[in-house]
Amino acid sequence: MLQSSVRTEQVTLNMGPQHPSTHGVLRLELVLDGEVVVDARPVIGYLHRGVEKIGEARTYPQFLPYTDRIDYLSAASNNGAYVQAVEKLMGVEVPDRAKYLRVIALELNRIASHLVFIATFANDLAATTVFLYAIRERELIMDLFEMWVGARLTQSTFRIGGVTEDIPEEFLPKAREFCALLPKRLEEYDRLLTGNRIFEARTRGVGILPPEVAWDYACSGPTLRGSGVSFDVRRAEPYEAYDQVDFEVVTHPACDCLGRYLVRMGEMRESVRIIAQCVDRLPQGEVRAKVGRVVKPPAGEAYGRVESPRGEFGCYVVSDGGTSPVRVRLRAPSFFHLAALPQMLRGWKMGDVVAILGSIDIVLGEVDR
Amino acid sequence: MNGGASERVFAFLTGYGVPEWIASAVWMLLMAIAVIVFVLLTVLILVWLERKISADMQSRVGPNRTGGRFGLLQTMADALKLLMKEDLVPRGADRAVFILAPFLVFVPALLVFLVVPFSDKWMVKDLNLGVLFVIAVSAFPVIGLIMAGWGSNNKYAVLGAMRAVAQLMSYEIPLVLAMVCVVVAAGSLKVGDIVAAQVDGGWFVTRFPLQLAFLVYMIAAMAEVNRVPFDLPEAESELVAGYFVEYSGMRFALFFLAEFAHLFFVSAFATTLFLGAWAGPGLPPVVWFLAKTYAVIIVIMWIRWTVPRLRIDQIMSFAWKLLVPASLLAVALTGAAVVYGKL
Repeated sequence: MLQSSVRTEQVTLNMGPQHPSTHGVLRLELVLDGEVVVDARPVIGYLHRGVEKIGEARTYPQFLPYTDRIDYLSAASNNGAYVQAVEKLMGVEVPDRAKYLRVIALELNRIASHLVFIATFANDLAATTVFLYAIRERELIMDLFEMWVGARLTQSTFRIGGVTEDIPEEFLPKAREFCALLPKRLEEYDRLLTGNRIFEARTRGVGILPPEVAWDYACSGPTLRGSGVSFDVRRAEPYEAYDQVDFEVVTHPACDCLGRYLVRMGEMRESVRIIAQCVDRLPQGEVRAKVGRVVKPPAGEAYGRVESPRGEFGCYVVSDGGTSPVRVRLRAPSFFHLAALPQMLRGWKMGDVVAILGSIDIVLGEVDR
Repeated sequence: MNGGASERVFAFLTGYGVPEWIASAVWMLLMAIAVIVFVLLTVLILVWLERKISADMQSRVGPNRTGGRFGLLQTMADALKLLMKEDLVPRGADRAVFILAPFLVFVPALLVFLVVPFSDKWMVKDLNLGVLFVIAVSAFPVIGLIMAGWGSNNKYAVLGAMRAVAQLMSYEIPLVLAMVCVVVAAGSLKVGDIVAAQVDGGWFVTRFPLQLAFLVYMIAAMAEVNRVPFDLPEAESELVAGYFVEYSGMRFALFFLAEFAHLFFVSAFATTLFLGAWAGPGLPPVVWFLAKTYAVIIVIMWIRWTVPRLRIDQIMSFAWKLLVPASLLAVALTGAAVVYGKL
């Protein structure tokens, strides 16, 4: 009698858009059976700003600062993809010094972004102390950019044909100092997180993304490499000075949250190596090619792609020979990762949702554009 | 406090012709006020301490404006802010349940302080069944938690309450069994006797096999007070705040107070049961008691700011597969040690 009167039902829980762990304004419609996730549906668009359309109404140089704000955690890679497309259209040859400086900017941004990943990922798992440690190190990178271009977050380091300006004298010693410091700090994180039994229990085997699924969903970056697929735009189609520096493409075969975390930890170490090489070999010369005040690329289309901290960031620009693009299309890696998220979430518990969501490291600014 | 002072107050009042029952009522009232004031002050200190400790560990500064360089009055200011906040009962909430829940959590958190031996003389009431009283009363807040979660009519709150009940019930068992070890070793449920046994024969934590019981007690106690790695019921990054997500103002403050009061209590009781309560050379007993209690609290805070959070199923399997067997083993070992006179 009692049994017939007891019934259970599934609960639909709206996680977000105001929620501490959705990393911005993402809404996840979760169907829960108790604590277990039966289904998940990401609802996006809360941060849509129409960046692509804005591109059509601005001149080529004017649009550059807008790209900073797409993936606000790594302004340089957005700049990189955009200027790469425009430079391809115009056939501009960038001076060597500018190429190296760009690589420094890109890799500093990668470290900064990965540090934010470590911070928020740890925070989602309630290791709040790691959060503040990682933010502390990121501050040093912000200081480097402030010294160089004046801005800290949305730096607009790039210009069509080169970089904004040459680095000040004290930049290189500071950058060397940072390169020496960071590996030590990473070891500190390793001691706090990587070997921690609780951290491993929360991440190992959680949120499996098989390589073929990752590939089918067009995942890229650490999310793809955490599934053991060795694909990196820096290696596959080297841009700037990436063909002249020595670095490894970090992969991990685990396909789980821990794998994706370890890939990012490894990538930070590689980035430090790249920066150290660029700082040592930085050529002398101009930092900006002669482009002219009015940028008018010939009619045509071009696609610029860079390896952003989140994956392949692409920018497709169509020109009709005028002063502003006819069409700008942005390929944001987080968008594709978010599409694969329901696959990873099903069958896991409420507590894992934040871990898995954190492990793909989305930035809503670039998802919604 | 129950020694000379009580008799003096009693004699003073009856000397003026006050009936005995009124005199004892006045005494009880005084004691109640003393406990409440003490708990409130302790919570103020604990919140400040937690902020400062976490700030130190995270290379921050922590509160440093309100009340001098060390931000001593910051907590006071926050408490005042909470008092002045709008008291909100969400639409769709079960009003009576919603309003009653914080008190059901808060009152037991105060009651348990009746049997805390702050020094050889300062103890509100040394009940014959002191330990049993603690076990019974501290099982009570679970009802308040599920009332809060259910009454709020909020899915996050219900999830938080479900977790809270599952977790607190599970960890109650090893906690109680760890206390049973001490009771067996001391041969009494009376807190005064337990302390006396330690004053005479050395702290229980130094005597084999009670170290195991101490370990079980500390782990279970951390789960009881909802601290990382066991803070699932209120997991901020998952459930926003858990069962008290809909509470604001003073009602929220009651949950908050209860939590910190409980933190102090489990540490104080760890001191009482295992660390020799107020026993110690040189300093006054009450100083020893508070010093030991704060040492335990600092260890709990230290752990809380270092490790990540476990998942609900991991927490449950940890309790049932590891902690409960370990506590049973501790009881068996203690029993054997007592029977063979080796304790």
